[in-house]
Amino acid sequence: MAEELRTEDMTMNMGPQHPSTHGVCRLVLTLDGEVIKDCQPVIGFLHRSIEKMCENRTYAQCIPLMDRFEYCTSMSCNWAFCLAAEKLSDIKVPERGEYLRVIMGELNRIASHLIFVGVTPMDCGALTPFLYTFRERERIMDLFEMTCGQRLTYNYIRIGGVAKDIPPEFIPKCREFLDIFEEKIRDYEKLLVDNPIWIARNKGVGIITPQLVYDYCISGPSARASGVNFDIRKNDPYSIYDRFDFDIPLGTGGDCYDRFNVRVNEMRQSARIVAQALDHLPDGEIRVKVPLKFKPNPGEVYSRRENSRGEMGVYLVSDGSTKPFRIRARGGSFSHLQAVPHIVKGLKIADLVAIFASMDIIMPEIDR
Amino acid sequence: MGLIKKLPVYTEHIPGGSLVTTSVNSVLTMAQAKSLWYLLFGTACCAIELMATGASRYDFDRLGMIFRASPRQADIMLVAGTITKKMAPRVKRIYDQMAQPRYVLAMGGCAIGGGPFYYDCYSVLKGVDKIIPVDVFVPGCPPRPEALLQGCLEVGKKIRTLKLDEWS
Ligand code: SF4
Repeated sequence: MAEELRTEDMTMNMGPQHPSTHGVCRLVLTLDGEVIKDCQPVIGFLHRSIEKMCENRTYAQCIPLMDRFEYCTSMSCNWAFCLAAEKLSDIKVPERGEYLRVIMGELNRIASHLIFVGVTPMDCGALTPFLYTFRERERIMDLFEMTCGQRLTYNYIRIGGVAKDIPPEFIPKCREFLDIFEEKIRDYEKLLVDNPIWIARNKGVGIITPQLVYDYCISGPSARASGVNFDIRKNDPYSIYDRFDFDIPLGTGGDCYDRFNVRVNEMRQSARIVAQALDHLPDGEIRVKVPLKFKPNPGEVYSRRENSRGEMGVYLVSDGSTKPFRIRARGGSFSHLQAVPHIVKGLKIADLVAIFASMDIIMPEIDR
Repeated sequence: MGLIKKLPVYTEHIPGGSLVTTSVNSVLTMAQAKSLWYLLFGTACCAIELMATGASRYDFDRLGMIFRASPRQADIMLVAGTITKKMAPRVKRIYDQMAQPRYVLAMGGCAIGGGPFYYDCYSVLKGVDKIIPVDVFVPGCPPRPEALLQGCLEVGKKIRTLKLDEWS
């Protein structure tokens, strides 16, 4: 007489120390064999109280803290904060300052996507692309270093403009990088996009439908991979993005494979923007004079910009003093992480790793 | 032979080669100093620099350092990034899971003493040496890869001064 096999659900912890959780995220998984029945993210392992600390600092002192808010694209965070402060007090940034911001912002987007393109395959077991992408990333780091002296936390974009002008050797170096970069992107594509193992691991896995994008407020490349054509640079242009000619890469399937390809193609478009900005870079002032004890007009403002992970917004309340009354920073990853439990139900653990990596979730943006 | 020259050895030539007499301690410490496997454990911004150090240009591997995902296989823990009070018990636990002899390198201002989050911050542990013993501190926010490489070489130097019975 065959006895019925009895099975039990198992609860398992993934993280906080897990190489594929991109920082310190803990996922409590309820498993039936290898199939995920439930997934509960636990956050807060990197809560550094940046928003609270900003309330005790002057506006100029807040900018370095915003660097640490999302360190893969520090320039963007600087920029989002400065945009909010400038919006409050109607500061107009000089032309050259705007162009330099765009150059740095887009280079930073490329650098961030390069980390993604290197690390995502690593989570799926392919180590090689990591070495290639970081080789190119080092070139961008060189450019940043010669401009502002830091490799990761730049504090470059300031209220009213940028901190320093670029050195004369920046432009030739940057052009040299852009020239070789297109070929390098093709190298990454050769390594992965047509690779049967990569396709098997990613194609059709972790599909995000457009409805889910709206429900969970997914933004950035992860939303565009599902075919939702929304990019703040086009739809709500800030700075001088309306002057550049670039496309928005869109995906169709909304799976991990598309999310990867969208980011790879976005690097191409960013390189295009940088090339155009270098061509049209005007001379002149880089920054309007803003007093060190900068006091914006009282009021509240929300400003947003397109970060490499999604919408990066800063909500700023000012009471007219030298310190912000309240800062609330919004990063894309928070909504993305919320969507993960919904997507992974019924999939295998190995798929969870691929999905988590392909959403490009980064923890400091969530924990702040 | 380059390696042998660095050891305190007594060499005797015999037909067809030579005999080497040395102490177990020096061979073991050298072996360990030259093959430090590190725990892939990054929490915040410094982890990106740690990754950059492991990647093509700076290349950790030439120091014999290979990343391990499991604490049980690692010799050295590079604490790269901010340790919050919520994370601290986990860090201690990961440290306890590592096999002896084990070493800790604190990378960046946050791991050394709170870094930029020293003042006005209620949630950050002010220095990882409050919970686990640290061998080498590498300052910076984040430290340059060169600084991290030197920090690892310093750990190697420290290991080579140890005596066998001090390994614990
Ligand atoms: S020391 Fe600086 S770069 Fe390193 S984790 Fe702390 S804030 Fe980030």
